[in-house]
Amino acid sequence: MDPSRKRKVRLVVALTAAVLLATALIYTSFSASTEASKPSEIKPGRSYELTGKVVNGSIRHDGDDLRFRVRDRDGTTSVPVSYTGVVPDPFRDGREVIVSGELEHGTFVAERDSLVTKCPSKFTKDEQSS
Amino acid sequence: MAGVGSACLFIALLTALYAIAASVSGARSGRREWVTSGRRAIYCVAGLCVIAFGVLESAFLRSDFSFALVAEGSSIETPTFYKVTALWATQDGSLLLWVTLLSLFSTTVLFLTRRSLRDIAPWATAVLGGVAAFFLLLMIGWENPFDTLATPPADGVGLNPLLRHPAMMIHPPMLYTGYVGFSVPFAFAIGALVARRPGADWIRATRRFALIAWTFLGTGIMLGALWSYTELGWGGYWAWDPVENASLMPWLVGTAFLHSIMVQEKRGMLKVWNVSLICATFTLALLGTFLVRSGILDSIHAFGASTIGVQFLVFIGLVVALSAGLIISRLPLLRSEAKLDSLLSREAFFLLNNLVLVGLCLVIMWGTFFPLISEALTGTKASVGPPWFDRLVTPLALVLVLLTGIGPVLAWRRFTPAALWRVLAVPIAATGAALVLLLAFTDAADSWTSLLMFCLVAFVLTVVSQELWRGTAARRTMTGESWPRALGRLTGRNRRRYGGYLVHAGIAVLFLGVAASSAFVDQRDVRLRPGDSFEVNGYQVTYREPTAKLGGDSGGTGAPISFGAVLDVRKDGKHFVLRPSRNYYSTADPSLGTISRLFEGEATSEVDVRWGLTRNFWMAIRPDIGSLDKPIREADAKFANASGDVQALIVAALAERYRRDPPPAAFRAISSPFVVWIWIGGGIVVLGALVAAWPSPEARLRRVRSLYSARLGQELSRA
Amino acid sequence: MEYVLALVVLALLVAAVLSVPLRRRGQEEHLEETRLAELRAAKEAKYREIRDAELDHQMGKLSRDDWRAVDRDLRNEAIDILRELDRLEGKVPQGGMDR
Repeated sequence: MDPSRKRKVRLVVALTAAVLLATALIYTSFSASTEASKPSEIKPGRSYELTGKVVNGSIRHDGDDLRFRVRDRDGTTSVPVSYTGVVPDPFRDGREVIVSGELEHGTFVAERDSLVTKCPSKFTKDEQSS
Repeated sequence: MAGVGSACLFIALLTALYAIAASVSGARSGRREWVTSGRRAIYCVAGLCVIAFGVLESAFLRSDFSFALVAEGSSIETPTFYKVTALWATQDGSLLLWVTLLSLFSTTVLFLTRRSLRDIAPWATAVLGGVAAFFLLLMIGWENPFDTLATPPADGVGLNPLLRHPAMMIHPPMLYTGYVGFSVPFAFAIGALVARRPGADWIRATRRFALIAWTFLGTGIMLGALWSYTELGWGGYWAWDPVENASLMPWLVGTAFLHSIMVQEKRGMLKVWNVSLICATFTLALLGTFLVRSGILDSIHAFGASTIGVQFLVFIGLVVALSAGLIISRLPLLRSEAKLDSLLSREAFFLLNNLVLVGLCLVIMWGTFFPLISEALTGTKASVGPPWFDRLVTPLALVLVLLTGIGPVLAWRRFTPAALWRVLAVPIAATGAALVLLLAFTDAADSWTSLLMFCLVAFVLTVVSQELWRGTAARRTMTGESWPRALGRLTGRNRRRYGGYLVHAGIAVLFLGVAASSAFVDQRDVRLRPGDSFEVNGYQVTYREPTAKLGGDSGGTGAPISFGAVLDVRKDGKHFVLRPSRNYYSTADPSLGTISRLFEGEATSEVDVRWGLTRNFWMAIRPDIGSLDKPIREADAKFANASGDVQALIVAALAERYRRDPPPAAFRAISSPFVVWIWIGGGIVVLGALVAAWPSPEARLRRVRSLYSARLGQELSRA
Repeated sequence: MEYVLALVVLALLVAAVLSVPLRRRGQEEHLEETRLAELRAAKEAKYREIRDAELDHQMGKLSRDDWRAVDRDLRNEAIDILRELDRLEGKVPQGGMDR
């Protein structure tokens, strides 16, 4: 095979690999993704990544379950959440959380271990510590 | 004193701008004195930054709360080690650290190249000055570390308890050294492009800096993973969090760069690729620094919506535009000097390894920025989780490990196909043997990706051992030395190559740990009362008794109260004791009662891990102090204005109450195999990088040997 | 107040340091000297490649013929560098060794 043909072959191979990778990326990410939504936006029937703030005073331990309410960051709509699994250290009233799950009969049933709590920002003033 | 610090920053900014002007003017006019002056300006910037850093650090050590930063991040009772390191836990302080490291690195490289690279160095000086000027401007304009408080408080807020861990405090300087280190080859690449000297000279001068930067960045990433494993309550070391990814991406592209520059040095190929790669690495380093402080992506790390996100984006945009523009305009100069002779050569496989590494980086970038991408394309912010990352990264990682095994086996320029079998026979046999042994004696087949990874790791380790052996044997036939001496001389005269092989071995070991600990982990979450036991992975775990301590927590973080447990773990006659606990810090929130305030601050998990070469046993506890709610509220009402001593007595009483009648506590136990090898592998990588970066004896010999006495035949004789 | 004082002091110090080279003018060094250093580095690198190729042959990665071909190419490249070095060193007086 003469050199210029060799080079064309290599180019084709490289481009094919790139196209395959891109397709894999796009296809898998859009099908496996969860939508980030606020409590006022979620509807039953599909899974979401619920983001919002923990409603003050709503945290209850119910045996193995953790129950709390999440409200919109800038609003009052809140939804009750039922969660099992590891609870991150910064979790408490008023903190911003992200939890994945589905709305069932009015309660957001969370996936195990999917609770993420944002570290209280090091760089902005937190309401609870002065 | 704060005034001095502020003044240093301001003068440093002016000096950095002067450095740019003087260097550019000197380069264009050919007047050496301006270039020298510009270089000295960088030295001055370094000096000024060091002074400013010293001023701030002394304020922390003295607990001078007139400095706003000290009041925010430290307190009187913070242990000294954390007082020192709290400086870079804050936004402003971390910027100061960044620019101090940058100016020190710049000074070093400019001093070392002061007599060489005459055309390129001035432009590199200007670039380095420009980056320093940006960070200085950020500080002076928006995030000044020397802001003072008109009325200094009596005590500071203290360091966030989650950060009170040695690994967490060394992690930022390591990462920043990595990011900053890559700015040096970047600056010289830009200089080479501007000066139209696209040869390998800029690479030779900055190669070591790239290697050092890469090593520090990798160490920083490893330390972050270690912190996650030993400090957080979930027991994992990598979560594909945007901030973690932000540090991994420049590391991956930096790895590609370290390999492809070898091709340019030896064959004069891949010039366009190399300059593009280093520009990408530096851009990603800036992006990494930016992501962590921008708040544009949801992450547990979010440093919070900050005031400097836009500025960073503008700067990054400038860097990208400048790099792209330069590369395109110099494209004719960057033509390859040679062609790929054979697909079976090291050059070809380095190219392949580059494609895989860049591919990995693109995958991670896609996943990290997916929320923004999906919002732009579909209007809703969607995100992908760790399972997606694992699914896409695993095949690429497998190919990468395979390549780390094949690369050392090949030779430059060409490889005799017939010899391929002779060279690969032993490694393939070893891989087959590993496969058979694993299938026969373990349940490794449960996860075929892990099985494949184990076999590939065996392949890589065999290849590296074989290379060392055969190289030593070949040297012996030429010189007749003894085995140890031959090995020493072989590696000593070829540090880059054998250091690199050691790094490959380290990476293989690291992936062994990753594969084993992710696929074969056994985890249980339970609620126990004292006396209960449960079983995980054949270990019998019994909750012996609860603990409640005042002060003196196991991590040395100065926690006032800790509740925990003592657990006995038994298996096959082995017995050890674990003492996980949870530290409770106080808060100054005025809306809570006096006693409640002592319990309602941050709380951190003090994990207890039994490390082992084959298996780690990890435990965390989440005690339920809900049973103390009522007594705490009663105490709030009765002792609202109690003194510190009375408060301490009450807390001691509450602790005693918990000890006597503890409610069930939640435990997590994780038994994972070979986890420690992740960090051992990382250590081997650092060792290999050290070997590769160590100056070779030839550099010293060159200085001594007279130049004209050197002729081709003589110099090729064995030394 | 201390801010202004520090500003003035530091500005003067820095200006002093930066003006030293400007006063020491007329030190034109030939561009060839840096070219020499770079060529010498390239020469060392080429020598290392030649030695590596021989080691590869000894280790059995390259057949005798393949090695001969590679060795020949490398030695030609080395000779080019030596020629360039000779040319430059003929022009520039032997100013001493690398430091």
